Amino acid sequence: MSAKTLYDKLFDSHVVREENGTALIYIDRHLVHEVTSPQAFEGLKIAGRKLWRISSVLAVPDHNVPTTDRSQGIADPISRLQVETLDQNCSDFGVTEFKMGDDRQGIVHVMGPEQGATLPGMTVVCGDSHTSTHGAFGALAHGIGTSEVEHVMATQCLVQKKSKAMQVRVEGKLGLGVTAKDIALAIIGRIGTAGGTGYAIEFAGSAIRGLSMEGRMTLCNMAIEAGARAGMVAVDDTTIDYVKGRPYAPRADQWEAAIAYWRTLHSDEGAHFDAVVELKAEEIEPQVTWGTSPEMVTAVNGRVPDPAQENDPTKRGGIERALQYMGLTANTPIDQINIDKVFIGSCTNSRIEDLRAAAAVAKGKHVAPNVKLAMVVPGSGLVKAQAEQEGLDKIFKEAGFEWREPGCSMCLAMNADRLEPGERCASTSNRNFEGRQGPGGRTHLVSPEMAAAAAVTGHFVDVRQLLN
Amino acid sequence: MEAFTQLNGLAVPLDRANVDTDAIIPKQFLKSIKRAGFGPNAFDEWRYLDHGEPGMDNSQRPLNPDFPLNQPRYQGASVLLARENFGCGSSREHAPWALLDYGFRAIIAPSFADIFFNNCFKNGILPIILSAENVDTLFREVEATEGYKLLVDLTSQTITTPQGAVYAFEVDAFRKHCLLNGLDDIGLTLQHVNEIKAFEANRKASQPWLFN
Ligand code: SF4
Repeated sequence: MSAKTLYDKLFDSHVVREENGTALIYIDRHLVHEVTSPQAFEGLKIAGRKLWRISSVLAVPDHNVPTTDRSQGIADPISRLQVETLDQNCSDFGVTEFKMGDDRQGIVHVMGPEQGATLPGMTVVCGDSHTSTHGAFGALAHGIGTSEVEHVMATQCLVQKKSKAMQVRVEGKLGLGVTAKDIALAIIGRIGTAGGTGYAIEFAGSAIRGLSMEGRMTLCNMAIEAGARAGMVAVDDTTIDYVKGRPYAPRADQWEAAIAYWRTLHSDEGAHFDAVVELKAEEIEPQVTWGTSPEMVTAVNGRVPDPAQENDPTKRGGIERALQYMGLTANTPIDQINIDKVFIGSCTNSRIEDLRAAAAVAKGKHVAPNVKLAMVVPGSGLVKAQAEQEGLDKIFKEAGFEWREPGCSMCLAMNADRLEPGERCASTSNRNFEGRQGPGGRTHLVSPEMAAAAAVTGHFVDVRQLLN
Repeated sequence: MEAFTQLNGLAVPLDRANVDTDAIIPKQFLKSIKRAGFGPNAFDEWRYLDHGEPGMDNSQRPLNPDFPLNQPRYQGASVLLARENFGCGSSREHAPWALLDYGFRAIIAPSFADIFFNNCFKNGILPIILSAENVDTLFREVEATEGYKLLVDLTSQTITTPQGAVYAFEVDAFRKHCLLNGLDDIGLTLQHVNEIKAFEANRKASQPWLFN
């Protein structure tokens, strides 16, 4: 038997049938949120189709939910209708939904793993590109469009062609103040936002094995920003320990069989990858994006690039347009860029370890006077409760941060949380596209530590200076 | 889904790399629970000078005269000429819905983001990959020639320019079949119900915890 990659194992074990390289693959878990599902449910209703396997579906509203007082419901009538439509569809089709107000409600990619609904060896889909997050468990997980959401609902399968396999190896030990987010941004800076297009990426190497499950989720979450539909990490003790005891995890009598199988979920010695990228952990520094694409990134000690130095005309045009949109001058040192707002949250960085790390930086300090708003939005109700139990909410509030209810919030500003035109934000989210956090808003992607450091100093700063 | 066989369409150039789905259809319009009606808000932030929100009368809004889609010579375009990594970012199918509703049936670029590429086929839009040099040539020609139409033929997998130059392109056989015939994926998959059921039963026996 030839050596297989983790991706081969996951893909091959889900093939129902294959014809001319197009496979029908079986889907184990389908996560659903309010934005990309209404048209799919509607399609089923019109065609008179049922859900193939109701127990595979879990739904949660996250994009439109308010992060402030929820006792009055959702103020925006269009947002409200979308969430109500999800509620209605879930009750019509018998789908389990964690509604607003339920402690388990949160960002879909935080909720799934937290519930144990994401397990090693699974295929996981969701009508959301950051579904790649779930690959952290040694699962094959990727985002799908609404037509595919409907297809999976009706058939439990997805029409899929096998991708090429890429291995990104990060060896060594991360320095103090350097996180999974910085690894992700450094990789994207290296290979570009299209570098992973057509590939499934496996993250490997000692620095990846050294990450917690939450760090691995942050990393796999950003695989899509490198163009890869799926990112994944091999199963090890860290994975198994994380899953154990969660509500949807295997029952006690199933546990031994489950972990015996899960332990096979790694790339075999000598398995072939179509591309390999290597990074040294020691060389990765805290990262800050300066432009309007995640590949427009540099180390915090770097400078805003000079378009005049770029020879490729398409790239040069891209840099010029980005600098103009971002209101930045070429060659400005990153740590001299002042900010207006800070957002700590999103499916990339809103889990308990992210909040702990940010709180450790903010503790005993205060949000700088030039910062109009610094907000912390936990990824789920359970993360929020845990943080409050640990007193993190108090640390944040004393430091002048706002402590909010869980949801996507200012990651994409579909609810009321957004940047005003021209405002500059240090954000722990995953996309710095034009208008992403509000029309005209300027987003700089950073780790939670770096966001907290920017909040208390009023500009980007090397968090290692505050930690020393 | 409407079938795609042949199209002789006016081309419009969008000379930017990494055009993301947030740019194709900004998030405030994703709140709609419908599939149709996104066309007037395609490229909203680039196309209009004011800020768009759902429910506005788009015909009354100030247009950005510099944006190609607004220029008189490109009115009625159905072929979008784009740069690399077109459609990157979120999985929102609202992006192809908006492009289709606007009137685009074919998009030509050196590369596309995976999810967007896939979503196009599900909606009767043909995304075509040509080499960067060929795309460059088309950009030059379309900008130099008013009324520049491209003949896109899916059966023969070719694009023919007004000058008669022919570019061949690749397309996956299954996707081509579906697009040529306007086939609904779900119906096709359900022809294999028994295979899916058998697979599922096996899985339940070997990994029962997946079915808890
Ligand atoms: S937090 Fe942001 S990226 Fe994640 S699912 Fe929500 S909107 Fe998408």
